[in-house]
Amino acid sequence: MDKEKEKAREKKKVNPKTEKKEPVKNWVLMQGNEAVARAAIEVGLNFFAGYPITPSTEIAEILAEELPRTGGAYMQMEDEIASICAVIGASLAGAKALTATSGPGFSLMQEGIGYAKMTETPCVVVNVQRAGPSTGLPTKPSQGDMMQSRWGSHGDAPAIVLYPDSVREAYELTIRAFNLSEKYRTCVVLLLDEVLGHMREAVCLPDMTKFRVVNRLKPTVPPEWYKHYDEDQKYLSPLASYGEGYRFHVTGLAHDVYGFPTNRPVEVATMMKRLKKKITQNIRDIVQIETFMMEDAKVAVFAVGILARAAKSAILALRKEGFKVGLLRPLTIWPFPDDAVRKMLKNVDTVIVPELNQGQLVHEVERLTKDKEDSDIKKIQKANGELITPGEIYKKIKEVL
Amino acid sequence: MSNVSQKIVHQYLRHNKKFPNVWCAGCSIGIILGAIIRGIADLQIPKDEIMMVSGIGCSSRMPVYVDFNSLHTLHGRPIAFASGIKMFKPHMKVVVITGDGDATAIGGNHFIHGCRRNIDITVVVINNHIYGMTGGQYSPTTPSGDLATTCPYGNIDSPFDICQLAIGAGSTFVSRTTAFHSLEIQNLFKEAIMHSGFSVLEVFSACPVIYGRLNKKGSPSRMMEHMRDNSISVKAVDKLPPEKVENKIIRGILKQDKNKPEYTACYAQLVESLRDKEA
Repeated sequence: MDKEKEKAREKKKVNPKTEKKEPVKNWVLMQGNEAVARAAIEVGLNFFAGYPITPSTEIAEILAEELPRTGGAYMQMEDEIASICAVIGASLAGAKALTATSGPGFSLMQEGIGYAKMTETPCVVVNVQRAGPSTGLPTKPSQGDMMQSRWGSHGDAPAIVLYPDSVREAYELTIRAFNLSEKYRTCVVLLLDEVLGHMREAVCLPDMTKFRVVNRLKPTVPPEWYKHYDEDQKYLSPLASYGEGYRFHVTGLAHDVYGFPTNRPVEVATMMKRLKKKITQNIRDIVQIETFMMEDAKVAVFAVGILARAAKSAILALRKEGFKVGLLRPLTIWPFPDDAVRKMLKNVDTVIVPELNQGQLVHEVERLTKDKEDSDIKKIQKANGELITPGEIYKKIKEVL
Repeated sequence: MSNVSQKIVHQYLRHNKKFPNVWCAGCSIGIILGAIIRGIADLQIPKDEIMMVSGIGCSSRMPVYVDFNSLHTLHGRPIAFASGIKMFKPHMKVVVITGDGDATAIGGNHFIHGCRRNIDITVVVINNHIYGMTGGQYSPTTPSGDLATTCPYGNIDSPFDICQLAIGAGSTFVSRTTAFHSLEIQNLFKEAIMHSGFSVLEVFSACPVIYGRLNKKGSPSRMMEHMRDNSISVKAVDKLPPEKVENKIIRGILKQDKNKPEYTACYAQLVESLRDKEA
């Protein structure tokens, strides 16, 4: 146990997050859920619809207090299905719209999320993950929605899913989630670990003047020329709002560029291609990763969210002992950072993938192991409501060294 | 239909949307669409201010043909989408076009909560007593004993009375008519859309191709005659002996409450009071 304490102390010493010398007045004690709500207001949120669910409820509570004061609209709906639908409706009317939920609610929202992607309507869904399946462990952490956030809705549509590892990053990625949703006209999912949603940390809030707030492109053409799904080379198109003279039609049916239903294969193919390409052609803009001590690493940990922080403290302890260990952490889990993972697989002997589930993201890493010379993959999986500790990651790395 | 009214309808149909429409010959939905358009034309509400939202089903295909802001949503969810739009743009006149299955089966929860909130949305429930688009399964309004493809031995479920459901859930304007009474649809729709609060207009409609065929209801015109002969105005109900009212479709405004505050107005008031407090 002394070792653990020592490691914790070491982590404090070199933690880059606390290294920055910021004036004391900019520091606040803030919870992850609160960071999401505050950042959303900061980025111009003016519509929230939701349904209470542990462990995401604080987001709704804070916004119920704040939105009426900032002139935005807050609605508590009858369920999560209604919540996502109201969010999409408000977004089409011009709102920056958000809903927040957890596992069971996220499952209920899947049809609506698919609708938002199909109709290319910007919105943000926060899923503070809890342990499942079903009602599961409402107050315990889990990383069980890696695949649901990618494939949860029926049919074939790409996803943008962001995953912070700290309260400060929850703040930053909330801003980024809105920016990406407005830019790419899609539903962006922000995944939080339960412990991150409920954890309070001392955070230095980012200077908003350094953030670019992206608002959707508005059409400049007269209404009769307007195509709801017009496209440029990057597959991004202007979006009119209801009630502003562009009397457009939106449907979840396969549609042509005007938004009218079609079943002509040529038009359906164009639509499907646009849905895919607007994400795949802009991967560099969307995908963000963090590498930590990877330059000379022989063993790498691939982890997301709170587990990446556990991994960091294990890595720091091992570095102190002279072992070449590093971390690759995606901040964007979907689209999956294929290039970065391939590079990691080429450069290290072993990759350790800790996950709070029975194996989800590890399949994506395995998918990219084509070469015999690629590294070995070791798993640490826990789905009992407990976290994976730095000690467990330390031990696993020691086994392979 | 007179030449004049045809011209009105043409002014409101989308010119860039290819016809014919999806509805079967003999279907009542076209009549209802015409009546709604004439109602809006009478009131001279600008097209830009009309937001027409629908769910999934035969009736829900209506918005695509009309030159309004239009949104064809998910099965059962139009009231939820409409609530978001109304809440964000309260000046818009939000009309939901839905069917019996869309509104009271899969969308039953959103329907009663819309009623309870009293949010200013006009819901036109086109009740043909069956799931037409999927080929004739029984819905929450299929009368007991009737046939449908999923109750080949007769329906053992009890049907909803949509208007009583809306009244019970707190809707402040509840009305009913049939597709035979085209002018009444137009007038009730005008009352409903001008009412400040959640307004429901249930329109009985004939589905001769599926419901009518399965239940031997005869030709489209026979089904129209049936609606004419088996409905009475709510104004006549008190004057008639009970046996003449039994099993009849009661038409007209069944409830109107102008005192219950409207949802978006309450929210605007809340925003205002907070502003005052902070100032």
